[in-house]
Amino acid sequence: MIKKTPARKAFLICNAIFLVFLCIITLYPILFVLFASFSDPGLMMKHTGLLLKPEGFSLEAYRAVMQNPNVWRGYGNTLFVVLIGTFLSLMTTAMAAYALSRRSMATRRFFMLMIIFTMMFSGGLIPLFLVVRDIGLYNTRWSLILPVMVNATNLTIMRTSFQELPVSLEESAKIDGANDLVIFARICLPLCKATMAVMCLYYGVAYWNSWFQASIYLRRRELFPLQLILREILIMNDTSSMDGGSVGDQEMIGETIKYATIIISTLPILVLYPFLQKYFVKGVMIGAVKG
Amino acid sequence: MPVKETRTSKKSLMQRIRRELVVNRYNFLLLAPVLLYYILFHYWPMYGAQIAFRDYSPAKGILSSPWVGFQYFQQFFTSYYFGRLIVNTVKLSVFNLLWGFPAPVLLALLLNEVTHQGFKRVVQTITYLPHFISLVVICGIILDFTKLDGVVNQLIALFGGEPISFMLSPQWFRTVYISTSIWQEIGWGSIIYLSTISSIPQDLYEAAEMDGAGRILQTIHITLPGITPTITVLLILRVGRLMSLGYEKVLLLYNESTYETADIISTYVYRRGILNAEYSFSAAVGLFNSVINLFLVVAVNYISGKVSENSLW
Repeated sequence: MIKKTPARKAFLICNAIFLVFLCIITLYPILFVLFASFSDPGLMMKHTGLLLKPEGFSLEAYRAVMQNPNVWRGYGNTLFVVLIGTFLSLMTTAMAAYALSRRSMATRRFFMLMIIFTMMFSGGLIPLFLVVRDIGLYNTRWSLILPVMVNATNLTIMRTSFQELPVSLEESAKIDGANDLVIFARICLPLCKATMAVMCLYYGVAYWNSWFQASIYLRRRELFPLQLILREILIMNDTSSMDGGSVGDQEMIGETIKYATIIISTLPILVLYPFLQKYFVKGVMIGAVKG
Repeated sequence: MPVKETRTSKKSLMQRIRRELVVNRYNFLLLAPVLLYYILFHYWPMYGAQIAFRDYSPAKGILSSPWVGFQYFQQFFTSYYFGRLIVNTVKLSVFNLLWGFPAPVLLALLLNEVTHQGFKRVVQTITYLPHFISLVVICGIILDFTKLDGVVNQLIALFGGEPISFMLSPQWFRTVYISTSIWQEIGWGSIIYLSTISSIPQDLYEAAEMDGAGRILQTIHITLPGITPTITVLLILRVGRLMSLGYEKVLLLYNESTYETADIISTYVYRRGILNAEYSFSAAVGLFNSVINLFLVVAVNYISGKVSENSLW
């Protein structure tokens, strides 16, 4: 046990104070947005300084966001991309990771190198854009999924966890006449459920949060994912897409609408995060084994 | 068995390939979608990058567009923006690395000193959170907080300072960009160091304590060397991505009045290529950037392999 000298005690106290301070500045912006979203738009306009609780209480902003068809359509598009995208990413990544973890594949090193090389060199944004356009993905939801379907880091993590399964499992299954497809689907995949869960979260969050693909590949507004609608409201400061209410009202709730939109779009992550945190962290650990 | 082995090795290349395909037919089937993905969305664009040396027009296609050699590279190197773009890209990346890289290491060391496990867990949970919030939301909050009547300026006013319009002043762009990146990633970045620290054998610390080494000496002589390999590998990865980092965030934060410091190579490629459809020119600029990236990662890996025997390959 470490003996606590006065200097050590002083350090521990300073350390604790610093960490508490760090937590406050990390959490405060999120709390501010939460409080502001429930605030009365009129009071919010006049308010200055830090916000420690909602100024008054109003659900006006949420009502305005709920009535906005763009937000709901964005939600729908994002859900499509997240669900289909995560499923496709997960399946293809796991399949390839399994194949590349097999010792019988003499070419596995070559293919791994081929994949890792893409992490260090790329043809660039424009040639990729032209490929996506040439194969007819431009202005379709698939342009948000297919060009980013596989993540090399995730693939490496997945492969590591397949490699760590005992070889005897595969051997005894082979003796029983199982081929690689059966071993993959019936034996290895179920044993790597934990890693699959982590990958599922990583891909899911990435799809949920992505906006750049959409901004270059989509022109049709009805396909816009939530993050692109958010960008219009938050970054380009355009709340005019919110229908309803007179112009004066618009300006008043405009500010609080921004906050309410942030909360509505981030809610799934904020709600799920505390329960899933340990899985997220686990992914980093599995990845670290390799490094 | 050994007889069969020697026979295999004597077979011709074609036979070996055929054997690999037959033995691993199901593995290749499993690999196929990802292989197709990499060919389509990574290697085909690498092939397509040749438009940087051609006068590409979509109507003619890649192969029928005439060669122009290094014309577009020359146009970029001699353009008014070349110097500014290089300086901005290097400054933003290097400062971001200098400030952003040590921050999670420091946090991990500080968290490691916390004896109360519950408190440690709470701090971790809170500091990991911003990593998962979308960049659009983060940048929206940044713009909102730093505007003239935003929270930050109201705090400045509270302490008697003059309000600053942060996102309209070029001299503030890098500070805002880097500090908010640290804010978002410090917790998440510390996980890997914490897990490495926890894998350092406990008896090293006990032995050091026997020898009378205090906590500070223990940190310097045991904890830091223990995480050095991790630091090196992550540093190589970071340096390799030095020139291509974070342009999505720049796109969300910058505006015409901050181009002077905020415009970097990749955002320039985006504007000229995607917005103005100058494909060949922007492909040349992008290719220039990619080549520098590749050079950086190879060079850093080589140097670190020489100096510390920690390298990626």
